[in-house]
Amino acid sequence: MDGIDRRGFLECAAWAGTGLLWTAAGGVLSSRMLTPAAAAESQATGFSFVQISDTHVGFTGQANKDAAATLQQVVDRINALPAPPAFVLHTGDQTHGQKPGAFDTVAQILKGLKTDAVFYAPGEHDVFLDGGKEYLSRYGKGTVGGQGWQSFDAKGIHFVGLVNVLKYKGEGMGALGEAQLEWLEKDVTPLSSSTPVVVFTHVPLWSVYPQWGWVTEDAARALVHLRRFGSVTVLNGHIHQVLQKVEGNVVFHTAMSTAFPQPAPGSAPSPGPMKIPEEQARRMIGTREVTYAPGKHPLAVVDSTLDRA
Amino acid sequence: MKGMWTMSGALILAVLGAGAAPAAPRPRVDVREFAFTPGTVTVARGTTVTWVNHDEEPHTITSAAGAFGSTGLSHDETFTQTFTQLGTYPYFCALHPRMRATVIVK
Repeated sequence: MDGIDRRGFLECAAWAGTGLLWTAAGGVLSSRMLTPAAAAESQATGFSFVQISDTHVGFTGQANKDAAATLQQVVDRINALPAPPAFVLHTGDQTHGQKPGAFDTVAQILKGLKTDAVFYAPGEHDVFLDGGKEYLSRYGKGTVGGQGWQSFDAKGIHFVGLVNVLKYKGEGMGALGEAQLEWLEKDVTPLSSSTPVVVFTHVPLWSVYPQWGWVTEDAARALVHLRRFGSVTVLNGHIHQVLQKVEGNVVFHTAMSTAFPQPAPGSAPSPGPMKIPEEQARRMIGTREVTYAPGKHPLAVVDSTLDRA
Repeated sequence: MKGMWTMSGALILAVLGAGAAPAAPRPRVDVREFAFTPGTVTVARGTTVTWVNHDEEPHTITSAAGAFGSTGLSHDETFTQTFTQLGTYPYFCALHPRMRATVIVK
């Protein structure tokens, strides 16, 4: 819990159900309620994009009988935003264990998004059965060598999408691999250090809880290429809960799932889906909006749960 | 009348058959909380082992040497494998590779 004490975090967390604006200034996280005025301020000057993660279509369990239905609700929420997001990032685990037809269902639902583009990073659930064959046939186009990783620029921000689920090691940790690390170094070398960088990927790039595989083995070798930048925001999924960490100019944010919550690190015998009533789970799943005002603010990250009015 | 006698004879044979060769226990491995229990199963050649996934998370039964493998097992789904060759068969879950266990056939 870097940059904010536990008590302060819990006070903030209590507001999570109504939307919270997280800002990072000088490496310290601060928060305030997401009010229409605050939202309007961001919209007037900057641009916004939305991150969704861990849609797990095909999942049926106690916490959610229909993960496709909650994804549809999320899409409806996004479409109701006062200013449409420039694009949407999906940070992986579209499907629950590559259930047959699940990729099609996700594609069908996301087709309804009112936005210009959707960018994807794969989760291990999307690739473990076939080594990524189906995922890359659908989403590899336009990525580096068709391997799923990519970068693009929007509004002066450099976005990097990394794949850390195709080189799973024996212990079940995420890994990027030599080829991708080499590419990343070359990709960011020409950029000025004042360029804001946003990295999106599936497994956390910091060591959240290695015992459950919540870590990317070679993340340090990626971060070494990013430390010189004044603002680096890392967005990931995988662990189905909101956590933040600040390391110098690098801010890490893990996102909620749109399907079901997972337990806090080490708080349960295994990281399996929490077995809680659906109405309780609605307060622990949702989506994330990121707004950016060039030259004015650091990126503001707003996590909103599905039960929000 | 003749048909009835034939039927009774078949029934008696069936009962005798069951008594003569009691059904071998069908070992079962429970997949629960991201672990295989028991972690090691020792069986005779020709035994069929059954795995049951009790988690809401999918798991696979994947032989480390490629001898057998399931797809992702959903909640309450089962997988069976009959072992016809002697040997030691380590296996793992392809989605959570730290989940490991072994079947020994001897």
